[in-house]
Amino acid sequence: MLSIIDLTLTGQKQATNIIPNMDPDKQILYLIIAGLLVILVMIGISMMSKVNLAVKGNLLGSLSMAMAIVLTLWAFDILTVVDLWIAMLIGTLLGMIISRRVTMLQMPQMVGLLNGFGGAASMIAGALTLINPGSEDPFSVITAGLAIFVGSLTFTGSVVAAAKLEQLITQKPIILKRHQLWTGLSALLGLVGVFLFLNQIFTSGIAEISMILATAIISGLFGIFFAIRIGGADMPIAISLLNSFSGVAGSIAGLAISDPLLVAVGGIVGASGLLLTQIMCRSMNRKLVDILLGKTSTPAGKKEAAPAAVTRETASIEEGEEKIEEDEKPDNYLDWLRESKRVIIVPGYGMALSQAQEVVKTFSDLLGARGITVDFAIHPVAGRMPGHMNVLLAEVDIPYDKLREMNDINDDFPEADVAVIIGANDVVNPAANTEVGTPIYGMPILDVESARHLIIMNYDNQPGYAGVDNPLYKERRSKVALLFGDAKASLEKLVSDLSE
Amino acid sequence: MSIIQVVLVVIFIVSALLGYKIINRVPSLLHTPLMSGMNAFSGVTILGCLAATAATGTLGDSGVNWVARVFGYIAIILAMINVIGGFAVTDRMLRMFHEENNDGGKK
Repeated sequence: MLSIIDLTLTGQKQATNIIPNMDPDKQILYLIIAGLLVILVMIGISMMSKVNLAVKGNLLGSLSMAMAIVLTLWAFDILTVVDLWIAMLIGTLLGMIISRRVTMLQMPQMVGLLNGFGGAASMIAGALTLINPGSEDPFSVITAGLAIFVGSLTFTGSVVAAAKLEQLITQKPIILKRHQLWTGLSALLGLVGVFLFLNQIFTSGIAEISMILATAIISGLFGIFFAIRIGGADMPIAISLLNSFSGVAGSIAGLAISDPLLVAVGGIVGASGLLLTQIMCRSMNRKLVDILLGKTSTPAGKKEAAPAAVTRETASIEEGEEKIEEDEKPDNYLDWLRESKRVIIVPGYGMALSQAQEVVKTFSDLLGARGITVDFAIHPVAGRMPGHMNVLLAEVDIPYDKLREMNDINDDFPEADVAVIIGANDVVNPAANTEVGTPIYGMPILDVESARHLIIMNYDNQPGYAGVDNPLYKERRSKVALLFGDAKASLEKLVSDLSE
Repeated sequence: MSIIQVVLVVIFIVSALLGYKIINRVPSLLHTPLMSGMNAFSGVTILGCLAATAATGTLGDSGVNWVARVFGYIAIILAMINVIGGFAVTDRMLRMFHEENNDGGKK
């Protein structure tokens, strides 16, 4: 072992030997092509900011990735190693199958799970780097250890998040006794483990392997502690953050094996995840630290309100046969729609949960056929991941130019004759502007209150996820009609009443 | 830390900053496909997995070599699912977006 270390150290002193284990003659060319590929990746990503270029941008990205793989195989002289190709083929097939089967509603858990896979892969890459000869300097050891730490917590955190989204475990925050302590302790011990790899005892043999396992398991526990106490509606933030972690894990693994291509692309992914996390936090009026520390948005002392979006399930599962409130609507509320020129539809996750997208499309076409202008107001956190609602509506052929961002459409509400709110609550709650001290105070909302009339479809009249009463429900009946029950059933009835 | 490692850290910072700037321009309409696309890119760790798995060959003929290699295969499979699944699902989503009057399901 020592002789190998000596060999590597002398090897690293040669100018051409930048990347351990790579053919020195190929390194310069490798670095040039890697640089070009990073530029291609960036071009591909920037093409994804325009709807009409996005498909091509994605293709360009996947092509650059394919080239990066071939380039790596070539540079390490492993192009002809058959078992690597077999493993890649298996992964490709599984990836194709999963991507075909997943529904648009399941997209957040799909992305979550894939993040987890990436994290696990980075963790293993870090572990193998420690075991393999050639990376014994402190920098490589620490980064390889960190790859295990971040990779493992990304893996377990993502699996928990995906299981929550798929409702395999409850969407409510799970808080253990001394949760804060366990979280802090596992994070600390995981990091201690990373630095212990520097110790001579843990550089080889059984001690090294046990240390790798211990670090991976403790970091994994940290991921679990972190993820289980995040509630359903906070998932967009968790998923964005885990996305960032998976990029960072890859980047750190790249630092460990001195691969600039891996470092650069991982860095881009890490930054993008962080940016989306910030946007989500701002749109939900939450501080990232609060979510990391597991502060729920439910105010203390108050009976914990079921998340608006999962009210349907929790109501039937936990409260048994809860009776649904009577609709509260004026007799002429259909005339609001019949006589309107401009209607804005506000879809929330309740719409998605009751699978009402197709009916929403029918409804919007019906209004369109009467010469009414219809737009959709999309709150940034509508759904379970950033931009989720747009995808759900695009799937049922609603043109994307009708899907309007919050800041863009808020000025239009005063001109709207009717705002139809389907399964959304907190994001339209005017209490966010007025009720100082409530969890949603200061949260940007869709200004539905300024529309002439409102038709609100919700499962019941309970507060949404944030647990703040919605004053719109107490509005005079000449302005607001409340239709309670399953969003799809309510909407279907509205459509058939309207077509009579 | 060697010069190369310093350069690597600089690459990390620069690419993260550039990425931040580029991604800031993406409208919220496309945030989900952006995220699944980024997710696919995070599978770039496949490069590390390939190199590390191949390097297990240098461990010599031992039990450790064999176990390490199997773990390497698992890592490659997982990373590849991440890459292919990510890009395929992003493509599927992006193709659903179309403008009004542009064929699609408009009657």
